[in-house]
Amino acid sequence: MSHHLVEVKDLKHTYPGGTEALRGVSFRITHGEAVGIVGANGAGKSTLLLHLNGCLAPAGGSVRIGDYPLTKETLAGVRRTVGMVFQDPDDQLFMPTVYEDVAFGPLNLGLPPGEIEARVMRALETVGAAHLRDRPPYRLSGGEKRAVAIAAVLAMLPDILVLDEPSSNLDLKSRRQLIGLLKGFKHTRIIATHDLDMILDVCERTIVLHEGRVAADGPTTEIFNDEELLRRSHLEKPLRMQACPVCGK
Amino acid sequence: MRAGGASSLESALLDLRGIETLAQQETPVHRRDPRAKVVTALAFIAVVISFGKYDVSALLPLLAYPVALIVAGNLPARFVLGKLLLALPFALVIGMFNPLLDRTALVQLGDLRVSGGWVSFASIMLRFGLTVSAAVILIATTGFGPVCLALNRLKAPRVFTTQLMLLYRYLFVLTEEAGRMMRAWSLRAVSERRISIRVFGSLAGQLLLRALDRAQRLHAAMLCRGFDGTIRPMRRLKFTAADLGFVAGWCAFFMIARIYHLPHLLGQGMMRMLP
Ligand SMILES: Nc1ncnc2c1ncn2[C@@H]1O[C@H](COP(=O)(O)OP(=O)(O)O)[C@@H](O)[C@H]1O
Ligand SMILES: [Mg+2]
Repeated sequence: MSHHLVEVKDLKHTYPGGTEALRGVSFRITHGEAVGIVGANGAGKSTLLLHLNGCLAPAGGSVRIGDYPLTKETLAGVRRTVGMVFQDPDDQLFMPTVYEDVAFGPLNLGLPPGEIEARVMRALETVGAAHLRDRPPYRLSGGEKRAVAIAAVLAMLPDILVLDEPSSNLDLKSRRQLIGLLKGFKHTRIIATHDLDMILDVCERTIVLHEGRVAADGPTTEIFNDEELLRRSHLEKPLRMQACPVCGK
Repeated sequence: MRAGGASSLESALLDLRGIETLAQQETPVHRRDPRAKVVTALAFIAVVISFGKYDVSALLPLLAYPVALIVAGNLPARFVLGKLLLALPFALVIGMFNPLLDRTALVQLGDLRVSGGWVSFASIMLRFGLTVSAAVILIATTGFGPVCLALNRLKAPRVFTTQLMLLYRYLFVLTEEAGRMMRAWSLRAVSERRISIRVFGSLAGQLLLRALDRAQRLHAAMLCRGFDGTIRPMRRLKFTAADLGFVAGWCAFFMIARIYHLPHLLGQGMMRMLP
């Protein structure tokens, strides 16, 4: 299905104030792929993701989702196709209860009540948060908040999932659960992070961003074995791939 | 501002969220259709405002409305009183000049002559207490979202109700940011008990920028989920006979209290019964 396709061509973005956050980024992601976007703080990961569903408008270049170039006219459709999980779940959750929060998107689509109920419960069950349905989101733990934020996006039935630093602020167990969840999805997944260990688990392909440019794009294992590249991009090899300091293996 | 600002701000925030928790209860009052409660509260406020400048005792029967709702709606009275105290300074500002300006003697209590200024001051405070508690009780038994929804259905403009919703949401954002900043400040300024004007200025400026930033991200997140300018409520409303009874019963009571001076009638009745 071609509408799972994401194509970015020579994308440029300059923030007011003059920071050149993206200086010509190009890549093409096809159906069902899981792609990690890695890079140091300030490399431009968040800025890039915000372009994928039109939260930011490019200063140059283009974004193409499926068969449509991203324009004002296609914006609503693109936003339905591309589900965006923000870095801080508190930016995303704002209704009085978890249930209402997850229902916010489907309600905006104007679906019938039965369909909304079904979608909300399915999304909550997928992330293992069905028991939280009547709780206020602000009283949840970090891991629970993240799960609900993901459910809120899943309830829109997107084809493409975009996640910004999904493992930040999670404890080990929540992080494990998140990785399991992300691995299980059939969506096209684009995950920005500097948690390279998570990328190793979830994504077969990795794009390295450095100072607003693509420094490398290829199979994850290949990229993580290129120590010179990682050092240049201010990244560190995943712990699991580093030689054991005790036994030297 | 005291160094305890962080904790008092946080408790104010919890309070704000507390009102939403109270609104989740299941009582006969909570079960009424939000429209019934909004209409009744508006009628109540209109009646209270319509009383004359020197009316005090005639207003007293209207206390029955907040008291009945607090009891039947299982609201902690301290919560409502706390909100009244919070809003008290505004009423004081409005009412405080009356005793100074209006010195005509109006009531004679034994040797004590009470001037019209003091009577109208009492009237303002009482009317103020009644209207604010009606508003607080409305939200604490209904929830802010449903109140907006009800206003919507009662043909208040969409722009207005959505703005109200967003304003409410951003109030949380603002207090949360303020709470975080106060905590950061109080951790570093251990020995200082007060914030200097200079530091306060920079904190306030930063707070505004951070709150704007967050409001922007929040708005972006809403747009990503198909937000098009209207917040669609989930609950569908059903106006039942009980709701009609609620509105009609209270409005009848308000009208009677407005037309007849109930405490006065009661007093006369008592007098007649005396030998
Ligand atoms: N709203 C903004 N206004 C101005 N500059 C920004 C804004 N957001 C990010 N930047 C700048 O753009 C660059 C890229 O930021 P970002 O995309 O957030 O990086 P990352 O997510 O990889 O850490 C950084 O130098 C950052 O300071
Ligand atoms: Mg980022």
